[in-house]
Amino acid sequence: MGGVLLRGFGWRHAGRRAWAVRGVDLRVEDGERVLLLGPSGAGKSTLLSALAGLLPEDSGEQEGTVEIDGLDPRKGRERVGIVFQDPETQLVMARSGDDVAFGLENRGVPTDEIWPRVDEALRRVGFPYSRDRDTAALSGGEQQRLALAGALALRPGLLLLDEPTANLDPAGATLVRQAVAGALDADTTLILVEHRVAEALPLVDRVVVLEPGGGVRADGPPEAVFAAHGATLAAEGVWVPGHPVTPRPATAAAGDLLLADDRLGLPPRLGPTDLAVRAGEALAVRGPNGAGKSTLALLLGGLLRPGTGRVTASAELAGSDHRAPPHRWRAPALAGRIGSVFQDPEHQFVTGTVFDELALGPRRTGQPEAAVKDTVAGLLERLRLTRLAAANPYTLSGGEARRLSVATALATAPRLLICDEPTFGQDRRTWQELVDLFADLRDAGHGVVAVTHDADFVTALADRTVTLKRTPDGSR
Amino acid sequence: MISIEPVAAPGAPLARRNPVAKVAAALVFSFILLATLDPVAPAIAIALELALLPLFGIRYRVLARRALPLLLSAAGILVTLVLFAADRSGRVLLDAGPVLVTTGVLLTALGLVLRVFAVALPGVIVFATTDPTDLADALVQNAKAPARFAIGALAAFRLVPLLGQEWQMISMARRARGVDAGRNPVAKLRLFTSTAFALLVGAIRRGTRLAVAMDARGFDAGTPRTVARRQSFTRADALLIAGSIVLAGAALTASVLAGTFRPLIG
Repeated sequence: MGGVLLRGFGWRHAGRRAWAVRGVDLRVEDGERVLLLGPSGAGKSTLLSALAGLLPEDSGEQEGTVEIDGLDPRKGRERVGIVFQDPETQLVMARSGDDVAFGLENRGVPTDEIWPRVDEALRRVGFPYSRDRDTAALSGGEQQRLALAGALALRPGLLLLDEPTANLDPAGATLVRQAVAGALDADTTLILVEHRVAEALPLVDRVVVLEPGGGVRADGPPEAVFAAHGATLAAEGVWVPGHPVTPRPATAAAGDLLLADDRLGLPPRLGPTDLAVRAGEALAVRGPNGAGKSTLALLLGGLLRPGTGRVTASAELAGSDHRAPPHRWRAPALAGRIGSVFQDPEHQFVTGTVFDELALGPRRTGQPEAAVKDTVAGLLERLRLTRLAAANPYTLSGGEARRLSVATALATAPRLLICDEPTFGQDRRTWQELVDLFADLRDAGHGVVAVTHDADFVTALADRTVTLKRTPDGSR
Repeated sequence: MISIEPVAAPGAPLARRNPVAKVAAALVFSFILLATLDPVAPAIAIALELALLPLFGIRYRVLARRALPLLLSAAGILVTLVLFAADRSGRVLLDAGPVLVTTGVLLTALGLVLRVFAVALPGVIVFATTDPTDLADALVQNAKAPARFAIGALAAFRLVPLLGQEWQMISMARRARGVDAGRNPVAKLRLFTSTAFALLVGAIRRGTRLAVAMDARGFDAGTPRTVARRQSFTRADALLIAGSIVLAGAALTASVLAGTFRPLIG
């Protein structure tokens, strides 16, 4: 059980002028496996929320109808399971088994049936630990598999997956996809939102493309849909297989040394590491989860005090602070020399509008107001944010927030840019823009360091790769 | 930072008692002790609490570490009272310019410190021996607390340890943006406020996402809830509460008999 019927469906969130999704006619039969695609902003997540019955009637305005097995989804909630993108905010309980049991308790399943169903769900997703495992000690991929077990334990006829692997490293993402493939019953309907099409294709037999302005653009078997619409979708940001990205190898040899690490580390998060970053060079830092990549980025960025060894900035980079290591520099001086882009863009936002966010760095480093305006206007244009200049940074979409966070680091024109997973969860269009942006910086003589799991990104951009190993005790 | 993880041996006879019974026993014990201002009753109560500690499966060294914030605040009370109390009665022990220490001052300060300890220790013991999940379960099953409140609070609680990491990340991200306060105290306060605001915004967003995820799994949807983990309230649990009333009463009686009893009211 789990048939879906949408007739002219539309939803507008309260207080918004534009419809999040509109004019959707769609019929999905029991047991079908559907990949839901569309450029960012086409309303995929809103549609999933509607199917999961998570849009309360008073939270917006609805057009048309949506039915699951002939019922309003808000009344047929026990038929639907959903897994979201963020592992951290899906787990409710401290122990893994209790978390799977949580949904069963809510649905009133008798106590003596709960634990057998918990064990079965954990087994189906290949959960590698006992029920007592602390959920906070799980990796992101393990947490997502646990969230999947929590949804499957309720035996939904319709399973909705909203980019369940977007926040995971490749190894974790593969395990989650395998868990989905192995755990589904033949009669379970699946609707998956995922812009990495190649990874999603083995799970689905039908592709539905939403049109951003409303309606369904294409619907059918994957080969047919991609033959007709592949090129357009790729240009709009969907990762369509067979549409390669443009690599940007260096056009000149690397220049002078900017930053040198000597036995740099912060036990137990990062063991002693030697590293050198040159001007005009793009350096990729790779390594498994827990190897201390993010810690290294923070140390290079002058944001953490090293536990062992030291960071030495060249006289050219350090300017008037050449006797002190970067972590002792005052913040405005640091921002003018080394830019840092954090994994979560929202950590970096300080002001109330996109414009002020970009103007902050130049103003702190003492640029005159006219120059600040020019810098900001240039960056807004370059990163397609001009129409959002007055928007609150917290209201941006994932791709917009990422572009803004990179732009804020560039606003002070630092010689060295350090990025932590800059391409995580990004659509193809933003991804290519980031590669081009970093490549342009490098070709203009800046140093770029990117901590990343993204192999394509490394291939397209990096001139040199450093691979960190997990620290001997395996702790982070 | 006060840690909230249980530290006791889980099999100890009193640690195994129903969490609601433990909380009730601690509350009753503390409230009865609040009735007097003298140092004798709290001193006896502390002796009783420490004597019962092995039955809760807590080692003394672990308790000392857990109660460290309490020790620090006790030292603070002692110093403050000795230096500033208006009551300067009794024999003079030390007269060094503005510092005048008398037996009266010392007794009052000691009484207050003992009261703080006697009243707070039961709580420390309960939380050192109780798993938060068990407490939420027992609140729902034995104290008839609404699941919406107890399980909701438990889920929110799980996000609390993240706040520390989050604060650190936001502070570093601000430094990377060129924002720091240097030595200016006004700028420091402003930076603190804006970091706290960013933390709050993040916490609300995470809380909202968690609430949606709980909603999607049928939490608080009107279906009668069943329980995966049974908590039972037995005669032994009732005896624990009764025992705590008896012991606190004994401490008060001893102070009355010793002639030191000073009622809080009257």
